[in-house]
Amino acid sequence: MTNRLSWVVIVWMIAVFAFLYAPIVSVVVYSFNDSKLVTVWGGFTPDRWYIALWNDRQIIDAAKLSLLIAAVSSTLATILGIIAGYVLVRFPKFLGRTAFSGMVNAPLVMPEVITGLSMLLLFIMLQPIIGGRGLITVVIAHVTFTLSYIAVVMRSRFLTLDLSLEEAAQDLGAKPLKVFFVITLPIVLPAIVSGWLLGFTISLDDLVITAFTNGPGTTTLPQVVFSKVRLGLDPKINALATIIIGIVSVGVMFAIIHMRSSERRRQMDEQMAIRAIAAQT
Amino acid sequence: MASTDTVSRASRLPASGWLESLLAGLGLRGRTLVIAIPFFWLLLFFFIPFLIVLWVSTSFIVIAQPPYTHACPDGGTFCLNISESYGRLFEDPLYYKAYLNSLLVAAVSTVICLLIGYPMAYGMARCSHSTRNILLMLIILPFWTSFLIRVYAWIGLLKNNGLINSALLAIDDWLTATIGLDLIDGPISMMNTNFAVYVGIVYSYLPFMILPLYANLEKMDISLLEAATDLGCKPLKAFFLITVPLSFPGIVAGSMLVFIPAVGEYVIPELLGGPSSLMIGRVLVNEFFSNRDWPTACAVAVAILLALVVPLMIYQKFQDKELEKEA
Repeated sequence: MTNRLSWVVIVWMIAVFAFLYAPIVSVVVYSFNDSKLVTVWGGFTPDRWYIALWNDRQIIDAAKLSLLIAAVSSTLATILGIIAGYVLVRFPKFLGRTAFSGMVNAPLVMPEVITGLSMLLLFIMLQPIIGGRGLITVVIAHVTFTLSYIAVVMRSRFLTLDLSLEEAAQDLGAKPLKVFFVITLPIVLPAIVSGWLLGFTISLDDLVITAFTNGPGTTTLPQVVFSKVRLGLDPKINALATIIIGIVSVGVMFAIIHMRSSERRRQMDEQMAIRAIAAQT
Repeated sequence: MASTDTVSRASRLPASGWLESLLAGLGLRGRTLVIAIPFFWLLLFFFIPFLIVLWVSTSFIVIAQPPYTHACPDGGTFCLNISESYGRLFEDPLYYKAYLNSLLVAAVSTVICLLIGYPMAYGMARCSHSTRNILLMLIILPFWTSFLIRVYAWIGLLKNNGLINSALLAIDDWLTATIGLDLIDGPISMMNTNFAVYVGIVYSYLPFMILPLYANLEKMDISLLEAATDLGCKPLKAFFLITVPLSFPGIVAGSMLVFIPAVGEYVIPELLGGPSSLMIGRVLVNEFFSNRDWPTACAVAVAILLALVVPLMIYQKFQDKELEKEA
């Protein structure tokens, strides 16, 4: 048994990729369809549905709101997620560690209807303090469930982190907090960026938890899409989907290229730093 | 490996500097504060809400704001009401059928994901390093695009006049014209059926199955298989005797990542399923928003959680084990 793959497995893999990508390709193709009926081909149009999308105030406003919510909540969630991931790796023993790691892991798989319902009930109880439901409650909800994803990303980054640099800085007299901000954070920056992007995407995409926790006037993009899709296929949604898919594909490719080069640079920097420290002592 | 003794070395590092002196007066150490921030956030916004769900599930429904009360119907100030909300789950077939159906759909989808995902992850893990990374990216990419839009895409494919039916009818017409074989009379109805729900769930959750399986299979020691082959074991036998048992943790992790969220799935049955494909997540949302019956909605949530306690514990155990193994 060597690395040679049986042709059965190769055919299987091609079939699975076809299964994963066929729906996405079909959505993109039909966004250029010059017909109101999404599934009947009526000739090619480059921009008909994109112009219609641009002129749809409801979608554009909801998209702006969703981007704002995603940016704010992912930023807050990243701060909390870095701390949570750090705690999980660096503090192996403390009272309530099991409960803590459970609370970090559970939101990843918890059915959204349950998370949404329970948070809504909390917000109703807290109404005298935090006021009615709206932007703030949606952001709190999004921070809570995206922080888990980011904590998992940060946890695996901290796990593979070489401690010798931090120890070296500390030996040279840096205070622990300074070590964290000057040494640790810059090293794990690529993980922080991918964590933030992950949180941003998940927040941008969330429907169910948002539906429970928002109030009137804060209709997000997924909610608009959902209400339109319920009524049937809409070529404008295909156009919107194509834009999202385009941004994501370009973004992911950029991220991968950037992460590879910065990873190489980081390794070189680390080696140089180690050499410099060795030369000093 | 750099992280072999991360934990033991980390615990030697003092946790915080100026925060420590700052908070010493309050009797708080920096380390405590660092733990406390995410801990209390999750406690307040994730854990305590479950207790509120439990609390509301034992209340009476009233026409008020909020529409539940713990006041007794006969005028007393405090009563617990378990018979009404929970009783309904056992008496009304709508609830227990939806409940059992959700568990069935989630279980079957998990098995299908495993059957599709295992050969996939296996093949990926046996590819060359550079191919592997590209394939991995191709698996992750759909996950970054909108979940809602991926479900939407299937409507266009599964509809009666959708792409799949158009293709099938075209093939059928061609067969009829050439060899006189007429297999289907008209479009096969797939939308608004259980089949569509299965397709949607398997499609959406397949990456969650493939990724842990791949992570596990990638780390597997190939020399074990070589040893087995050298000793005369057939490749297929070696696969079932060595590869599959060794990948068990990956199988468990992937299965939990698919099964647990699938039980409470709302969007997929709502968009792809018909009125007959009742799932408990849909029932919960309807009770809460349409009927404004909060006690019953909360009882449904508690019932879902009860079914998920064991899977959640298995999942948590696996996560902890991974952490220990890495450390």
